[in-house]
Amino acid sequence: MRYVLKALGKDVVVSMATGCMEVVTTPYPESSWRVPWIHSAFENAAATASGVAAGLKALDRKGVKSVAIAGDGGTADIGLQALSGMVERGDNVLFVCYDNEAYQNTGIQRSGSTPFGAWTTTTPIGKLVRGKDRPKKNLPAIIAAHGAPYIATASIAYPLDFINKLKKAAAIEGPTYVHVHAPCSPGWRIESNKTIEVARLAVLTGSWVLYEIDNGKINVTFKPPKRRPIADYLKMQGRFRHLTDEEIAEIQRMVDEQCKGFGIE
Amino acid sequence: MRQVLTGNEAASIGAKLARVNVIAAYPITPQTAVVEKLSEYVANGELNAEYMRVESEHSALSACIGASAVGARTFTATSSQGLMLMSEMLFVVSGLRLPIVIANANRALSAPLNIWCDQQDSFAVRDSGCVQVYCENNQEIIDSIIQAYRVAEELLLPVMVCYDGYILSHTAEPVEVPDQAEVDKFLPPYKHPHPLEPEKPVTMGPVGVPEYYEEFRSMQQQAMLAAKHKLLEVDRDWGKRFGRRYGLFERYKSDDADILLLTAGSLSSSAKELIDRYRKRGEKVGLVKVRAYRPFPGEELVDALSHAKAVAVMEKDISIGWAGALFTDLSSAFVDVKKGPLIIDFICGLGGRDVSPLQIREALRAAAKAAETGEVKKPVRWLGLREKVVGLGM
Repeated sequence: MRYVLKALGKDVVVSMATGCMEVVTTPYPESSWRVPWIHSAFENAAATASGVAAGLKALDRKGVKSVAIAGDGGTADIGLQALSGMVERGDNVLFVCYDNEAYQNTGIQRSGSTPFGAWTTTTPIGKLVRGKDRPKKNLPAIIAAHGAPYIATASIAYPLDFINKLKKAAAIEGPTYVHVHAPCSPGWRIESNKTIEVARLAVLTGSWVLYEIDNGKINVTFKPPKRRPIADYLKMQGRFRHLTDEEIAEIQRMVDEQCKGFGIE
Repeated sequence: MRQVLTGNEAASIGAKLARVNVIAAYPITPQTAVVEKLSEYVANGELNAEYMRVESEHSALSACIGASAVGARTFTATSSQGLMLMSEMLFVVSGLRLPIVIANANRALSAPLNIWCDQQDSFAVRDSGCVQVYCENNQEIIDSIIQAYRVAEELLLPVMVCYDGYILSHTAEPVEVPDQAEVDKFLPPYKHPHPLEPEKPVTMGPVGVPEYYEEFRSMQQQAMLAAKHKLLEVDRDWGKRFGRRYGLFERYKSDDADILLLTAGSLSSSAKELIDRYRKRGEKVGLVKVRAYRPFPGEELVDALSHAKAVAVMEKDISIGWAGALFTDLSSAFVDVKKGPLIIDFICGLGGRDVSPLQIREALRAAAKAAETGEVKKPVRWLGLREKVVGLGM
């Protein structure tokens, strides 16, 4: 969030979905926000931000950017309809998805953005269930299918890349989307001092690819020089502790397939 | 200027005359014509506003929240299922104290699916912290929409203007359309006291911890109670300028009546005709028409109804498992009154069923009988209910 505000500056209005960030930054009568900020509900950050953009336009307030921020649940699941509407209408909003791969605020429940095989409190490891049995929903591709002018993925382990993408997205008049991958240490069952290392490994293994789609053209902004095996990433995290060698090999195949699509060796 | 307008046209012209800045719209029967008309005004340059064609009613109200929070005057319209989808955000709008005006063309709720009129939809969201006004005719719709912005913006409360689907929304009648210049004098441009703006950043919609949450609610309650006076004050000013007044409720031949009807919405017009007929025969009957339902004018209604022997509430809604909303609220207003009238609730006109003069007569007669015997055997009754319906075990 600090990177987002650093990149965007003061002339923004932030509409935030319900989540940890909303809860910890605004317990009345205190607020951590030094930019205008509104929370109205969980599923409607995009619609609220669209309204902000329309209001700013109607009042002829030039140079102020409407920014929506939501977690992966508020983006990929309950917030998807409002986001789809926002992008399809071409509203002048930058939407930032903060993806920590589960409903972490309510205590680590599976979301559409939870990766294959991950333990969560609603995909526990039992005789019949071995973590999430479906792959992660590909949000950037869904937004790309709407024809948004700018879409980017980012990682908190690559802050310069993240900030550049945010600046690029904010400068565009129209709907833009930045999806940042960010570990949640209690939810991923990692030590908090390993947060950045785990985030970086997601990129170095090719599990999370840093790219942008600029007017339909895909650019991979960081190609890992030599991809690390996915096991290095999975084995650092308690949420994948139960995986067998066969299951890890299956995930490796999925990652290889994904990287092939992006031209990553 | 006098024009022949449907209720939906009256609502859209009201919003246009209020010079709304942002409209967020989603179609739903029987409201759709409101947002169609407004889109025409925007398309042909008659109304300078941002028109958002959102993908749901939930987003319609969410978008109104964003626009209102940056200081824009906003409007949306809906009905029935649309209002239900908005209902989560209705509580948020009032909690954020945003003066959004919502037109609701009253329609029954599913299931079974039904597009016709009753008032279950808006009565179901009576606790949402929105001011609710019920209109009797199309003149009242156009006047109420414009008045609503004054009330909303001076108290920072959302206002819902309700009018009966089809019966008013699709029925044309002569309406005096106020002059724009006169409306401009009545309704100054909207200025939010602390909008979302980078120059003076504010946090809107924080977490209300237990140490503060009750105070937020209590402040809403105070504002809502103040809305009783504000509705009257704004209505007086409107009356001075335009010659029409509505009040919190209307007393129709009620002052010396022994038997009273209590209604809301278009049903009041039919009931008034019947009252006139009975009056001609010398019977002391009258009517009180509720206009403001939230805030509920409880004390004022006690004052207006106490002299009667019996009151027949006729309403197009039911809180399933108890009674209708008007009856429940009216009864609670009389809780500390030693000698109040007997009150009977008549559930009628659900899902667009016609409320006939015969049914109104039935309600009046039942009330008269209660007055005569001094007791109410069955406090909640249904009018026009078919006893045998093919295929339904009742």
